[in-house]
Amino acid sequence: MSSTLTPKRTPFYALHAAAGAKLIDFAGFEMPVRYTGDVREHTAVRERAGLFDISHMGEFFVSGEGAAAYLDTLVTNHVGGLAVGQALYSPMCRPDGGIVDDLLVYRTASDFMVVVNASNRGKDWEWMHSQCPPGVRLEDRSEETALLAVQGPKSVDVLRGHVPDALLDLRYYHFGEGTIFGAEAMIARTGYTGEDGFELYFRTRDADAVWNGLMEAGKGVGLEPIGLGARDTLRLEMGFMLYGNDIDDTTSPLEAGLGWTVKFAKPEFNGRAVLATQKERGLTRKLVAFELDGRRVPRHGMPITSAGRVVGSVTSGTFGPSLNLPIGMGYVETAFATLGGALDIMAGSTKLPARIVKLPFYKQGSRKTG
Amino acid sequence: MPYPEDVRYTPEHEWAKLERGVVTIGITDYATEQLGDVVFVELPEVGRKLETMKTFGVVEAVKTVSDLFAPLDGEVVEVNAALVDNPALVNQSPYGDGWMIKVRATSPDPLKGLMSSDDYEKMLEDQHA
Repeated sequence: MSSTLTPKRTPFYALHAAAGAKLIDFAGFEMPVRYTGDVREHTAVRERAGLFDISHMGEFFVSGEGAAAYLDTLVTNHVGGLAVGQALYSPMCRPDGGIVDDLLVYRTASDFMVVVNASNRGKDWEWMHSQCPPGVRLEDRSEETALLAVQGPKSVDVLRGHVPDALLDLRYYHFGEGTIFGAEAMIARTGYTGEDGFELYFRTRDADAVWNGLMEAGKGVGLEPIGLGARDTLRLEMGFMLYGNDIDDTTSPLEAGLGWTVKFAKPEFNGRAVLATQKERGLTRKLVAFELDGRRVPRHGMPITSAGRVVGSVTSGTFGPSLNLPIGMGYVETAFATLGGALDIMAGSTKLPARIVKLPFYKQGSRKTG
Repeated sequence: MPYPEDVRYTPEHEWAKLERGVVTIGITDYATEQLGDVVFVELPEVGRKLETMKTFGVVEAVKTVSDLFAPLDGEVVEVNAALVDNPALVNQSPYGDGWMIKVRATSPDPLKGLMSSDDYEKMLEDQHA
Protein backbone atom coordinates (compact mmCIF):
# COMPACT_ATOMS: atom_id res chain seq x y z
CA MET A 1 0.00 0.00 0.00
CA SER A 2 1.61 3.26 -1.04
CA SER A 3 1.04 6.39 0.97
CA THR A 4 2.19 9.97 1.04
CA LEU A 5 3.60 9.54 4.54
CA THR A 6 7.35 9.51 4.92
CA PRO A 7 8.38 5.90 4.60
CA LYS A 8 9.79 4.20 7.68
CA ARG A 9 13.29 2.80 7.74
CA THR A 10 14.64 -0.38 9.24
CA PRO A 11 17.73 -0.22 11.49
CA PHE A 12 19.78 -1.40 8.49
CA TYR A 13 18.83 1.53 6.26
CA ALA A 14 22.22 3.26 6.38
CA LEU A 15 23.99 -0.02 5.56
CA HIS A 16 21.76 -0.57 2.50
CA ALA A 17 22.34 2.97 1.28
CA ALA A 18 26.10 2.64 1.79
CA ALA A 19 26.07 -0.65 -0.14
CA GLY A 20 24.53 1.17 -3.11
CA ALA A 21 21.16 -0.59 -2.94
CA LYS A 22 18.26 0.71 -5.00
CA LEU A 23 15.61 1.54 -2.41
CA ILE A 24 11.85 1.44 -2.93
CA ASP A 25 8.78 2.06 -0.82
CA PHE A 26 7.41 -1.32 0.23
CA ALA A 27 4.53 -1.52 2.71
CA GLY A 28 5.46 1.93 4.01
CA PHE A 29 9.14 1.07 4.43
CA GLU A 30 12.09 2.25 2.41
CA MET A 31 13.54 -1.17 1.50
CA PRO A 32 16.36 -2.43 -0.75
CA VAL A 33 14.88 -3.94 -3.93
CA ARG A 34 18.31 -4.86 -5.31
CA TYR A 35 22.00 -4.34 -4.60
CA THR A 36 23.63 -5.65 -7.79
CA GLY A 37 21.00 -7.43 -9.89
CA ASP A 38 17.99 -9.68 -9.39
CA VAL A 39 19.45 -12.69 -11.19
CA ARG A 40 22.85 -12.46 -9.53
CA GLU A 41 21.28 -12.15 -6.07
CA HIS A 42 18.81 -14.97 -6.75
CA THR A 43 21.64 -17.24 -7.91
CA ALA A 44 23.78 -16.37 -4.88
CA VAL A 45 21.02 -17.70 -2.60
CA ARG A 46 20.42 -20.87 -4.64
CA GLU A 47 24.13 -21.70 -4.90
CA ARG A 48 25.78 -20.09 -1.86
CA ALA A 49 24.14 -17.79 0.68
CA GLY A 50 22.33 -14.46 0.91
CA LEU A 51 21.55 -11.98 3.67
CA PHE A 52 18.09 -10.37 3.77
CA ASP A 53 16.86 -7.47 5.90
CA ILE A 54 13.24 -8.29 6.65
CA SER A 55 12.92 -6.09 9.74
CA HIS A 56 9.83 -4.47 8.24
CA MET A 57 7.85 -7.52 9.33
CA GLY A 58 5.87 -7.27 12.57
CA GLU A 59 6.46 -9.16 15.81
CA PHE A 60 3.56 -9.52 18.24
CA PHE A 61 4.01 -11.34 21.53
CA VAL A 62 1.10 -13.22 23.07
CA SER A 63 1.25 -14.37 26.68
CA GLY A 64 -0.99 -15.42 29.53
CA GLU A 65 -2.93 -18.49 30.61
CA GLY A 66 -5.18 -18.70 27.55
CA ALA A 67 -2.62 -17.62 24.93
CA ALA A 68 -2.52 -20.92 23.01
CA ALA A 69 -6.31 -21.31 23.03
CA TYR A 70 -6.71 -17.71 21.86
CA LEU A 71 -4.28 -18.18 18.98
CA ASP A 72 -6.05 -21.40 18.06
CA THR A 73 -9.30 -19.50 17.57
CA LEU A 74 -7.47 -16.95 15.37
CA VAL A 75 -5.47 -19.19 13.04
CA THR A 76 -6.38 -22.31 11.09
CA ASN A 77 -3.28 -24.37 11.91
CA HIS A 78 -2.83 -26.01 15.34
CA VAL A 79 -0.89 -23.80 17.76
CA GLY A 80 -1.74 -26.04 20.75
CA GLY A 81 0.29 -28.82 19.15
CA LEU A 82 3.52 -26.78 19.12
CA ALA A 83 6.38 -27.80 21.39
CA VAL A 84 8.55 -25.10 22.96
CA GLY A 85 11.16 -24.23 20.34
CA GLN A 86 8.92 -25.02 17.41
CA ALA A 87 7.43 -22.74 14.75
CA LEU A 88 4.31 -22.98 12.63
CA TYR A 89 3.04 -21.39 9.41
CA SER A 90 -0.64 -20.52 9.32
CA PRO A 91 -3.27 -18.38 7.69
CA MET A 92 -5.31 -16.22 10.08
CA CYS A 93 -8.89 -16.19 8.83
CA ARG A 94 -11.94 -14.01 9.23
CA PRO A 95 -15.25 -15.66 10.14
CA ASP A 96 -16.15 -15.70 6.42
CA GLY A 97 -13.01 -17.72 5.61
CA GLY A 98 -11.10 -14.85 3.97
CA ILE A 99 -7.46 -14.50 5.00
CA VAL A 100 -6.54 -11.59 7.29
CA ASP A 101 -2.86 -12.49 6.98
CA ASP A 102 -0.50 -15.42 6.77
CA LEU A 103 1.97 -15.62 9.62
CA LEU A 104 4.44 -17.60 11.67
CA VAL A 105 3.87 -18.60 15.31
CA TYR A 106 6.92 -19.41 17.45
CA ARG A 107 6.37 -21.05 20.85
CA THR A 108 8.90 -19.96 23.49
CA ALA A 109 9.04 -21.18 27.10
CA SER A 110 7.04 -18.14 28.28
CA ASP A 111 4.97 -16.88 25.36
CA PHE A 112 4.24 -16.98 21.63
CA MET A 113 5.82 -14.73 19.02
CA VAL A 114 3.59 -14.06 16.01
CA VAL A 115 5.39 -12.73 12.93
CA VAL A 116 3.17 -10.89 10.47
CA ASN A 117 3.53 -9.22 7.08
CA ALA A 118 4.69 -5.59 7.09
CA SER A 119 1.74 -4.53 4.94
CA ASN A 120 -0.71 -5.96 7.51
CA ARG A 121 0.79 -4.82 10.79
CA GLY A 122 -1.92 -2.29 11.62
CA LYS A 123 -4.79 -4.42 10.39
CA ASP A 124 -3.56 -7.54 12.22
CA TRP A 125 -3.00 -5.66 15.45
CA GLU A 126 -6.55 -4.29 15.45
CA TRP A 127 -8.00 -7.65 14.49
CA MET A 128 -6.08 -9.57 17.12
CA HIS A 129 -6.92 -6.95 19.74
CA SER A 130 -10.63 -7.09 18.96
CA GLN A 131 -10.55 -10.87 19.51
CA CYS A 132 -8.37 -10.88 22.61
CA PRO A 133 -9.98 -12.32 25.76
CA PRO A 134 -9.25 -11.12 29.31
CA GLY A 135 -6.15 -12.73 30.74
CA VAL A 136 -4.26 -12.80 27.42
CA ARG A 137 -1.65 -10.09 26.84
CA LEU A 138 -0.73 -8.77 23.42
CA GLU A 139 2.41 -6.76 22.90
CA ASP A 140 3.76 -5.22 19.70
CA ARG A 141 7.57 -5.34 19.69
CA SER A 142 7.99 -4.70 15.96
CA GLU A 143 9.78 -1.37 16.43
CA GLU A 144 12.43 -2.78 18.73
CA THR A 145 12.99 -6.03 16.81
CA ALA A 146 15.49 -6.46 13.99
CA LEU A 147 15.07 -9.43 11.68
CA LEU A 148 17.67 -10.79 9.27
CA ALA A 149 17.46 -13.95 7.17
CA VAL A 150 20.52 -15.95 6.10
CA GLN A 151 19.41 -18.26 3.29
CA GLY A 152 21.20 -20.65 0.97
CA PRO A 153 22.95 -24.02 1.02
CA LYS A 154 26.01 -22.45 2.71
CA SER A 155 24.03 -20.82 5.53
CA VAL A 156 25.43 -23.19 8.16
CA ASP A 157 28.96 -22.24 7.08
CA VAL A 158 28.16 -18.56 7.57
CA LEU A 159 26.93 -19.09 11.14
CA ARG A 160 29.43 -21.77 12.22
CA GLY A 161 31.63 -20.53 15.06
CA HIS A 162 29.40 -17.52 15.68
CA VAL A 163 26.42 -19.24 17.31
CA PRO A 164 26.24 -22.18 19.74
CA ASP A 165 26.91 -25.37 17.74
CA ALA A 166 23.58 -26.89 18.82
CA LEU A 167 21.74 -24.23 16.81
CA LEU A 168 23.40 -25.46 13.62
CA ASP A 169 21.62 -28.78 14.13
CA LEU A 170 18.15 -27.25 14.44
CA ARG A 171 15.53 -29.01 12.39
CA TYR A 172 13.35 -27.12 9.88
CA TYR A 173 10.76 -24.95 11.63
CA HIS A 174 12.56 -25.19 14.97
CA PHE A 175 14.41 -22.41 16.80
CA GLY A 176 16.62 -21.71 19.78
CA GLU A 177 18.20 -18.83 21.63
CA GLY A 178 21.84 -17.83 21.47
CA THR A 179 24.30 -14.98 21.23
CA ILE A 180 25.53 -13.90 17.81
CA PHE A 181 28.11 -11.10 17.43
CA GLY A 182 27.23 -9.92 20.92
CA ALA A 183 23.48 -9.87 20.35
CA GLU A 184 21.00 -12.07 22.18
CA ALA A 185 18.98 -13.61 19.39
CA MET A 186 16.21 -16.02 18.57
CA ILE A 187 17.58 -18.16 15.76
CA ALA A 188 15.10 -20.14 13.69
CA ARG A 189 15.55 -22.62 10.86
CA THR A 190 12.89 -20.99 8.73
CA GLY A 191 12.81 -19.04 5.50
CA TYR A 192 11.01 -18.00 2.34
CA THR A 193 13.40 -19.26 -0.35
CA GLY A 194 13.27 -23.07 -0.40
CA GLU A 195 16.90 -23.16 0.65
CA ASP A 196 18.40 -24.15 3.96
CA GLY A 197 18.74 -21.14 6.20
CA PHE A 198 18.03 -19.21 9.35
CA GLU A 199 16.02 -16.23 10.49
CA LEU A 200 17.54 -14.18 13.32
CA TYR A 201 15.47 -12.00 15.65
CA PHE A 202 17.33 -9.56 17.92
CA ARG A 203 17.20 -6.02 19.30
CA THR A 204 17.53 -3.15 16.86
CA ARG A 205 20.46 -1.66 18.83
CA ASP A 206 22.54 -4.66 17.70
CA ALA A 207 21.71 -4.17 14.03
CA ASP A 208 25.10 -2.95 12.80
CA ALA A 209 27.09 -5.53 14.79
CA VAL A 210 25.07 -8.48 13.48
CA TRP A 211 24.89 -7.32 9.83
CA ASN A 212 28.61 -6.51 9.66
CA GLY A 213 29.51 -9.67 11.55
CA LEU A 214 27.51 -11.85 9.16
CA MET A 215 28.86 -10.15 6.03
CA GLU A 216 32.42 -10.69 7.30
CA ALA A 217 31.72 -14.28 8.36
CA GLY A 218 30.17 -15.02 4.96
CA LYS A 219 33.03 -13.68 2.86
CA GLY A 220 34.55 -17.13 2.46
CA VAL A 221 31.38 -18.68 1.04
CA GLY A 222 30.33 -15.69 -1.08
CA LEU A 223 27.48 -14.36 1.06
CA GLU A 224 25.75 -11.40 -0.62
CA PRO A 225 23.08 -8.95 0.52
CA ILE A 226 19.76 -9.71 -1.20
CA GLY A 227 16.94 -7.31 -2.07
CA LEU A 228 13.19 -7.73 -2.28
CA GLY A 229 13.43 -8.42 -6.03
CA ALA A 230 15.26 -11.71 -5.57
CA ARG A 231 13.23 -12.46 -2.44
CA ASP A 232 10.17 -12.51 -4.69
CA THR A 233 11.67 -14.70 -7.44
CA LEU A 234 12.99 -17.15 -4.83
CA ARG A 235 9.63 -17.50 -3.07
CA LEU A 236 7.67 -17.74 -6.30
CA GLU A 237 9.89 -20.54 -7.65
CA MET A 238 8.79 -22.39 -4.49
CA GLY A 239 5.13 -21.46 -4.85
CA PHE A 240 5.10 -19.68 -1.47
CA MET A 241 2.22 -17.26 -1.01
CA LEU A 242 2.66 -13.49 -1.09
CA TYR A 243 -0.07 -11.74 0.88
CA GLY A 244 -1.81 -9.07 -1.19
CA ASN A 245 -0.98 -10.96 -4.41
CA ASP A 246 -1.88 -14.63 -4.03
CA ILE A 247 -4.00 -14.45 -0.89
CA ASP A 248 -6.04 -11.69 0.73
CA ASP A 249 -9.27 -10.98 2.60
CA THR A 250 -11.32 -12.42 -0.27
CA THR A 251 -9.50 -15.73 -0.79
CA SER A 252 -9.78 -18.81 1.41
CA PRO A 253 -6.90 -21.07 2.45
CA LEU A 254 -8.56 -23.98 0.64
CA GLU A 255 -8.75 -22.04 -2.64
CA ALA A 256 -5.09 -21.10 -2.20
CA GLY A 257 -4.00 -24.73 -1.83
CA LEU A 258 -3.24 -24.23 1.87
CA GLY A 259 -5.60 -27.00 2.97
CA TRP A 260 -2.70 -28.61 4.85
CA THR A 261 -2.77 -25.68 7.28
CA VAL A 262 -6.48 -25.98 8.08
CA LYS A 263 -7.04 -28.29 11.05
CA PHE A 264 -10.71 -29.18 11.08
CA ALA A 265 -10.07 -31.42 14.10
CA LYS A 266 -9.76 -28.24 16.20
CA PRO A 267 -13.05 -27.47 18.00
CA GLU A 268 -13.56 -23.90 16.81
CA PHE A 269 -11.67 -21.25 14.91
CA ASN A 270 -12.55 -18.23 12.78
CA GLY A 271 -13.74 -19.39 9.39
CA ARG A 272 -14.22 -23.03 10.36
CA ALA A 273 -17.89 -23.31 9.31
CA VAL A 274 -17.36 -21.59 5.95
CA LEU A 275 -14.23 -23.61 5.19
CA ALA A 276 -15.97 -26.87 6.17
CA THR A 277 -18.77 -26.05 3.74
CA GLN A 278 -16.25 -25.20 1.00
CA LYS A 279 -14.56 -28.53 1.58
CA GLU A 280 -17.80 -30.47 1.53
CA ARG A 281 -19.37 -28.78 -1.51
CA GLY A 282 -16.21 -28.23 -3.48
CA LEU A 283 -14.46 -25.00 -4.50
CA THR A 284 -15.53 -22.64 -7.26
CA ARG A 285 -11.95 -21.56 -7.97
CA LYS A 286 -8.44 -22.74 -7.20
CA LEU A 287 -4.97 -21.27 -7.25
CA VAL A 288 -2.91 -22.95 -9.98
CA ALA A 289 0.75 -22.72 -10.91
CA PHE A 290 1.80 -22.46 -14.53
CA GLU A 291 4.84 -22.35 -16.77
CA LEU A 292 4.86 -20.44 -20.04
CA ASP A 293 6.07 -21.73 -23.38
CA GLY A 294 7.50 -18.44 -24.62
CA ARG A 295 9.72 -15.77 -23.07
CA ARG A 296 7.08 -13.19 -22.20
CA VAL A 297 6.43 -12.98 -18.45
CA PRO A 298 3.00 -13.16 -16.77
CA ARG A 299 2.24 -10.28 -14.39
CA HIS A 300 -0.17 -9.69 -11.51
CA GLY A 301 -3.65 -8.87 -12.79
CA MET A 302 -3.38 -10.31 -16.31
CA PRO A 303 -6.54 -12.23 -17.32
CA ILE A 304 -6.32 -16.01 -17.76
CA THR A 305 -8.42 -17.39 -20.62
CA SER A 306 -9.42 -20.76 -22.02
CA ALA A 307 -10.82 -20.98 -25.55
CA GLY A 308 -11.16 -17.21 -25.54
CA ARG A 309 -13.19 -16.97 -22.32
CA VAL A 310 -11.79 -15.38 -19.13
CA VAL A 311 -11.57 -18.10 -16.46
CA GLY A 312 -9.31 -16.39 -13.93
CA SER A 313 -6.46 -13.97 -13.37
CA VAL A 314 -2.76 -13.95 -12.56
CA THR A 315 -1.84 -13.25 -8.94
CA SER A 316 1.96 -13.54 -9.22
CA GLY A 317 4.30 -13.81 -12.16
CA THR A 318 8.00 -13.58 -12.81
CA PHE A 319 10.85 -14.91 -14.82
CA GLY A 320 12.27 -17.80 -12.77
CA PRO A 321 16.06 -17.39 -12.87
CA SER A 322 16.77 -20.96 -11.67
CA LEU A 323 14.28 -22.42 -14.14
CA ASN A 324 15.13 -20.09 -17.02
CA LEU A 325 11.39 -19.90 -17.66
CA PRO A 326 8.52 -17.47 -17.09
CA ILE A 327 6.26 -18.78 -14.29
CA GLY A 328 3.18 -17.65 -12.47
CA MET A 329 0.22 -18.45 -10.26
CA GLY A 330 -3.40 -17.41 -10.42
CA TYR A 331 -6.95 -18.35 -9.54
CA VAL A 332 -9.01 -20.15 -12.17
CA GLU A 333 -12.47 -21.70 -12.19
CA THR A 334 -12.17 -25.20 -10.71
CA ALA A 335 -13.10 -26.92 -14.00
CA PHE A 336 -9.88 -25.52 -15.53
CA ALA A 337 -7.59 -26.28 -12.58
CA THR A 338 -6.23 -29.60 -13.82
CA LEU A 339 -2.54 -30.51 -13.85
CA GLY A 340 -1.17 -30.35 -17.37
CA GLY A 341 -4.09 -28.24 -18.57
CA ALA A 342 -3.50 -25.53 -21.16
CA LEU A 343 -4.43 -21.90 -20.48
CA ASP A 344 -3.69 -18.55 -22.09
CA ILE A 345 -2.40 -15.52 -20.23
CA MET A 346 -3.49 -12.24 -21.84
CA ALA A 347 -0.75 -9.62 -21.98
CA GLY A 348 -2.90 -6.88 -23.46
CA SER A 349 -4.09 -8.40 -26.72
CA THR A 350 -1.16 -10.84 -26.84
CA LYS A 351 -1.92 -14.44 -25.88
CA LEU A 352 0.80 -16.22 -23.87
CA PRO A 353 0.27 -20.01 -23.84
CA ALA A 354 0.75 -21.63 -20.41
CA ARG A 355 0.58 -25.13 -18.88
CA ILE A 356 -0.57 -25.94 -15.34
CA VAL A 357 2.20 -27.61 -13.32
CA LYS A 358 2.73 -28.93 -9.83
CA LEU A 359 4.40 -26.86 -7.11
CA PRO A 360 7.14 -26.23 -6.30
CA PHE A 361 8.45 -25.05 -9.66
CA TYR A 362 11.98 -25.41 -8.31
CA LYS A 363 12.58 -28.86 -6.84
CA GLN A 364 16.29 -28.83 -5.91
CA GLY A 365 16.05 -26.55 -2.86
CA SER A 366 18.40 -27.33 0.03
CA ARG A 367 15.93 -26.73 2.89
CA LYS A 368 15.87 -29.45 5.53
CA THR A 369 12.24 -30.44 5.49
CA GLY A 370 12.69 -33.89 7.04
CA MET B 1 28.32 10.05 -17.16
CA PRO B 2 25.52 7.66 -18.09
CA TYR B 3 24.07 10.15 -20.63
CA PRO B 4 26.29 10.15 -23.72
CA GLU B 5 26.24 13.37 -25.73
CA ASP B 6 26.36 11.76 -29.17
CA VAL B 7 22.80 10.37 -28.92
CA ARG B 8 19.38 11.98 -28.50
CA TYR B 9 16.71 10.96 -25.99
CA THR B 10 12.94 10.39 -25.67
CA PRO B 11 10.89 11.02 -22.52
CA GLU B 12 10.26 7.24 -22.50
CA HIS B 13 14.00 6.57 -22.05
CA GLU B 14 14.91 5.43 -25.55
CA TRP B 15 18.05 6.82 -27.17
CA ALA B 16 18.60 7.36 -30.89
CA LYS B 17 21.84 7.86 -32.77
CA LEU B 18 21.99 9.05 -36.40
CA GLU B 19 24.78 7.74 -38.62
CA ARG B 20 24.67 8.09 -42.42
CA GLY B 21 20.87 8.22 -42.60
CA VAL B 22 20.35 5.20 -40.33
CA VAL B 23 19.20 5.65 -36.73
CA THR B 24 20.25 3.13 -34.08
CA ILE B 25 17.81 2.83 -31.17
CA GLY B 26 18.16 1.42 -27.67
CA ILE B 27 17.16 2.22 -24.09
CA THR B 28 19.10 4.35 -21.63
CA ASP B 29 21.22 3.32 -18.70
CA TYR B 30 18.60 4.95 -16.47
CA ALA B 31 15.91 2.73 -18.04
CA THR B 32 17.91 -0.45 -17.44
CA GLU B 33 18.41 0.54 -13.81
CA GLN B 34 14.68 1.01 -13.36
CA LEU B 35 13.90 -2.29 -15.09
CA GLY B 36 16.50 -4.52 -13.46
CA ASP B 37 17.75 -7.64 -15.23
CA VAL B 38 16.37 -7.86 -18.77
CA VAL B 39 15.36 -11.43 -19.68
CA PHE B 40 13.69 -10.97 -23.05
CA VAL B 41 13.36 -8.31 -25.73
CA GLU B 42 10.57 -8.56 -28.31
CA LEU B 43 11.56 -6.62 -31.42
CA PRO B 44 9.88 -5.93 -34.77
CA GLU B 45 10.88 -7.66 -38.00
CA VAL B 46 13.07 -6.03 -40.59
CA GLY B 47 10.83 -4.07 -42.95
CA ARG B 48 8.33 -2.98 -40.29
CA LYS B 49 7.26 0.66 -40.53
CA LEU B 50 7.53 2.58 -37.27
CA GLU B 51 5.57 5.64 -36.24
CA THR B 52 6.84 8.22 -33.77
CA MET B 53 5.93 7.36 -30.16
CA LYS B 54 4.03 4.21 -31.15
CA THR B 55 5.21 0.96 -29.53
CA PHE B 56 7.69 -1.12 -31.52
CA GLY B 57 8.53 -3.82 -28.97
CA VAL B 58 8.56 -5.00 -25.37
CA VAL B 59 11.32 -5.36 -22.77
CA GLU B 60 10.70 -8.03 -20.14
CA ALA B 61 12.79 -7.77 -16.98
CA VAL B 62 12.58 -10.14 -14.04
CA LYS B 63 10.39 -7.80 -12.02
CA THR B 64 8.69 -5.66 -14.60
CA VAL B 65 7.81 -5.10 -18.23
CA SER B 66 7.99 -2.02 -20.43
CA ASP B 67 6.88 -1.09 -23.93
CA LEU B 68 9.40 0.36 -26.36
CA PHE B 69 8.42 3.58 -28.15
CA ALA B 70 9.70 4.63 -31.56
CA PRO B 71 11.62 7.92 -31.39
CA LEU B 72 10.90 8.62 -35.08
CA ASP B 73 9.08 7.56 -38.24
CA GLY B 74 10.96 5.04 -40.35
CA GLU B 75 11.52 1.49 -41.52
CA VAL B 76 13.38 -1.18 -39.56
CA VAL B 77 16.50 -2.23 -41.47
CA GLU B 78 18.28 -4.30 -38.83
CA VAL B 79 17.48 -5.99 -35.50
CA ASN B 80 20.07 -6.89 -32.86
CA ALA B 81 20.00 -10.70 -33.10
CA ALA B 82 22.49 -11.03 -30.22
CA LEU B 83 19.73 -10.06 -27.79
CA VAL B 84 17.85 -13.30 -28.51
CA ASP B 85 20.45 -15.44 -26.73
CA ASN B 86 21.84 -12.74 -24.49
CA PRO B 87 19.23 -10.17 -23.41
CA ALA B 88 21.53 -9.18 -20.51
CA LEU B 89 23.54 -7.15 -23.07
CA VAL B 90 20.89 -4.46 -22.60
CA ASN B 91 21.97 -4.11 -18.96
CA GLN B 92 25.68 -4.56 -19.59
CA SER B 93 26.02 -2.17 -22.50
CA PRO B 94 22.85 -0.14 -23.08
CA TYR B 95 24.50 2.27 -25.56
CA GLY B 96 26.74 -0.34 -27.17
CA ASP B 97 26.16 -4.07 -27.70
CA GLY B 98 22.71 -3.73 -26.12
CA TRP B 99 21.30 -1.66 -29.02
CA MET B 100 17.94 -2.89 -30.28
CA ILE B 101 17.07 -1.82 -33.84
CA LYS B 102 18.34 0.26 -36.76
CA VAL B 103 15.83 2.36 -38.64
CA ARG B 104 16.00 4.17 -41.99
CA ALA B 105 14.37 7.48 -41.21
CA THR B 106 11.53 8.88 -43.31
CA SER B 107 12.30 12.54 -42.67
CA PRO B 108 15.55 14.36 -43.44
CA ASP B 109 15.93 15.59 -39.84
CA PRO B 110 14.73 12.54 -37.91
CA LEU B 111 16.06 13.43 -34.45
CA LYS B 112 14.36 16.81 -34.38
CA GLY B 113 12.23 17.08 -31.27
CA LEU B 114 14.31 14.60 -29.24
CA MET B 115 16.20 15.69 -26.15
CA SER B 116 19.88 16.43 -25.78
CA SER B 117 21.79 14.67 -22.98
CA ASP B 118 21.54 17.84 -20.87
CA ASP B 119 17.78 18.04 -21.37
CA TYR B 120 17.38 14.34 -20.58
CA GLU B 121 19.44 14.63 -17.44
CA LYS B 122 17.42 17.67 -16.40
CA MET B 123 14.16 15.79 -17.01
CA LEU B 124 15.34 12.97 -14.74
CA GLU B 125 16.38 15.43 -12.07
CA ASP B 126 13.00 17.16 -12.23
CA GLN B 127 11.19 13.83 -11.95
CA HIS B 128 13.12 12.98 -8.82
CA ALA B 129 12.96 16.43 -7.25
